[in-house]
Amino acid sequence: MAGGFRRDDREIHPPLDFPPYRSTALRHPEQPLVYLPHTLTERTGPRLGRGRVGELDHDLTRQHAGEPLGERITVSGRLRDSDGRPIPDALVEIWQPNAAGRYRHRADNWPAPLDPNFSGAGRCLTDGEGRYAFVTIKPGPYPWGNHHNAWRPAHIHFSLLGTAFAQRLVTQMYFPGDPLFEQDPIFNAVRDPAARERLVSRFSLEGTQPSWALAYEFDIVLRGRDETPMEAAA
Amino acid sequence: MRLAPTASQTVGPYLALGLPWDDGPHAVAAGGVRIAGRVLDGAGEPVPDALVETWQASPEPREGFRGFARCPTDDAGEWFVVTLPPGEVDGQAPHIDVSVFARGLLNRVVTRIYFDDQGEANARDPVLAAVPADRRGTLLAERTDDGYRFDIRLQGPGETVFFDV
Repeated sequence: MAGGFRRDDREIHPPLDFPPYRSTALRHPEQPLVYLPHTLTERTGPRLGRGRVGELDHDLTRQHAGEPLGERITVSGRLRDSDGRPIPDALVEIWQPNAAGRYRHRADNWPAPLDPNFSGAGRCLTDGEGRYAFVTIKPGPYPWGNHHNAWRPAHIHFSLLGTAFAQRLVTQMYFPGDPLFEQDPIFNAVRDPAARERLVSRFSLEGTQPSWALAYEFDIVLRGRDETPMEAAA
Repeated sequence: MRLAPTASQTVGPYLALGLPWDDGPHAVAAGGVRIAGRVLDGAGEPVPDALVETWQASPEPREGFRGFARCPTDDAGEWFVVTLPPGEVDGQAPHIDVSVFARGLLNRVVTRIYFDDQGEANARDPVLAAVPADRRGTLLAERTDDGYRFDIRLQGPGETVFFDV
């Protein structure tokens, strides 16, 4: 029987209580977390199969009659566990604002234009080597109310189910050299500089398709299996 | 080779663009029991931009049973899932694992649904036994006329027990 998953270093993930990001104030638990052994429930997860992903779901530039405005890009990478093993057939879901920094969402009403040709949601399954690939447009930065003159750096939201409940991860991918990093409390809530840097995609000239699209690469690592035998035989 | 895991970030306020599925709340294709509740913040206010996901292990695959459900909260902070009542598994009382995502949560928080009509099994459950007795009640879904009720309080009086997974 498979063991549990290796527990992440506490430094890697942001703290739930992080005052510079004001929305954490009333939403972070104040009681200590209770240790949960990795039982069968945590060691397993849903098998979702190909039926959940449509033919054009990975291409956010082809979901409408016309093409969205903005800088066409590809975003691709590998999904692996922390032992370096590829995670195949795993669902990758993304969402983002348009090139002007506006989300197609009723709660986003800052004065930037919507794009009738851009919804901003995509999904795909990783291939046998854990690779995923999207075609989209580069999202724009946008203002928010966290502090005076607060702007989010351009980012794409990523959701990963992995193979087990214990591997579930939601994160954000950023773009290299963004001048807005320094003032962004969400990016900086990741306290470890190396872990923060891993949220920034790499521009790839080799991956860039001539006269078509700039390429960004973003590898994602979910926790690996604990090598020690069963941590929680009941 | 050892790779460093990718850090978590918040789902933000616009998760409804990317995460809900048409059949999201339905872990089972037909039949099942409805579990509903609210997500509340530290002021007791509803959290209208959260996503609740549930997962239950089934020892053998069952046709038409995904075991996994996800539901965004509505303006009143309400969510629901429809699933098969879990059985005892792995020496534990019937339970469902829950992830909660929201703006203001820099990482998911994880809790478990147990059932208040499973007193005997709950009394033997090793995970419940590790929870301070005066907080165990926050993990018990209450039987109602149309299923079960399970509110999730992120903070403050009656704060739900969350797990380090």
